[in-house]
Amino acid sequence: MRPNRGRAILQVVSFRRLMKRSGFIFFIGLAVALMIISQVEPVFLEKSRTNVTDLATPVLGFFSRPAASVSDVADSIDSVILVREENARLRKENERLLQNRLLFSRLKKENEYLREMLNTAPDPDSDYVTARVVGDAGGPFVRTLLVAAGNSQGVEKGQAVVASYGLVGRVVEAGRSSARVLLITDLNSRIPIVLEASRLKGILAGNNTDNLVIDFLKIDSSLSIGDQVVTSGEGGAFPPGIPIGYVKEIREEMVIVEPWVKLDKLEFVTVLDYAIPGILPSTSRAGRAYMID
Amino acid sequence: METGWVERGSIYLRNLMPFMTILILVIASVLPWHIPGLAPVTPAFSLMAVYYWAIYRPEKLPYIATFTAGLLQDILSGGPIGMSALVLVLVHGVVRSQRSFFHGKPFLVIWWGFSIVAPVAAAVGWSAASIYYGLLVPPIPLIVHVVLTILLYPFIGFVMTKIHNTMLARA
Repeated sequence: MRPNRGRAILQVVSFRRLMKRSGFIFFIGLAVALMIISQVEPVFLEKSRTNVTDLATPVLGFFSRPAASVSDVADSIDSVILVREENARLRKENERLLQNRLLFSRLKKENEYLREMLNTAPDPDSDYVTARVVGDAGGPFVRTLLVAAGNSQGVEKGQAVVASYGLVGRVVEAGRSSARVLLITDLNSRIPIVLEASRLKGILAGNNTDNLVIDFLKIDSSLSIGDQVVTSGEGGAFPPGIPIGYVKEIREEMVIVEPWVKLDKLEFVTVLDYAIPGILPSTSRAGRAYMID
Repeated sequence: METGWVERGSIYLRNLMPFMTILILVIASVLPWHIPGLAPVTPAFSLMAVYYWAIYRPEKLPYIATFTAGLLQDILSGGPIGMSALVLVLVHGVVRSQRSFFHGKPFLVIWWGFSIVAPVAAAVGWSAASIYYGLLVPPIPLIVHVVLTILLYPFIGFVMTKIHNTMLARA
């Protein structure tokens, strides 16, 4: 009777071990299967992904404020020390911007008049949505942001995302109340660009570091350090002329670009709806802007 | 009757503590900290917690918990779905199988063990991401990420020990 009991206990123990081991193998297999599915059929998991992101966005939004305040403490100490200096600088900048506004307004009118004379097709209008950044993918494999605005605010996949000084990236997933932005520095980011001074065209690629690289660019003597890099508007995804950065370094077969926007300091971003008439469905929201907080 | 219910709830919550700590660290790793240069090299906080609990309380950390936490990390970070889940479950399984070696050992041995586990986990993640994207992920941010992960382990290990001692001592 006893040996039977002992054998039974042994069997239970080894079954448990087997279950533990098979649990390990099962979840390893499941993880690999999910990677394969998301690579072969990305649409299959995209909906579930955006649903989870929608649910998690309020939680991330709640925690992102204390997280932001950690860096705000350091920033505010700096601000208090430099407040007088900063105030004087801002006054000067404000004066200069007001002058620029008058100039731009005159040039805009002149431009419209000349376009009319030449019978040029007008550029499509772009609406915008301003959204709070609630997530910043940490780690060396991917560079994305999560913003608290989605389909219900007019954010759609493919739209350009900018901050005050230039391009940030593009929307790659849009849920109901959240969207994922692929940063210009991500390994998979490719943006058609033009160099403002030389008018050379190329593709700007990210490499998961702070700098960007221009591919497919014919390096010639007209290229120089400091040249402005802007979107070319080719492909229709981005409006033309959005500043991205400047040429920082020219190597033998490589041009390094430093982006204008400090991507790790972003608290709010603006999503541009650049609908090309006849290609993308019109949302007829011209002139409307949303502020999502 | 009421006390029994409260007691059961308390035990249930304490049993969930390892999973909850990993979940909190997953959320912490995708928050925008606005610290210049940190985002591409953010330490693998969840890996530190998985390593700790796989040594000290593996019975309170089923594979499904590590898998779920990894999956959530993949979903929130926008990375390949399944990549972090694969790395965390793999580390969980390997460390769990070696836990008898680590038991009763001083902290320096535990840290030494983690300094071997972290680069291996990063290498698995790097290989998986490179195969997934079909191109080589730049290794420099990865190296900095691994060094930061190893250097910060004592801090996270200390917090985990405090949680372990106060909340799981009687569970």
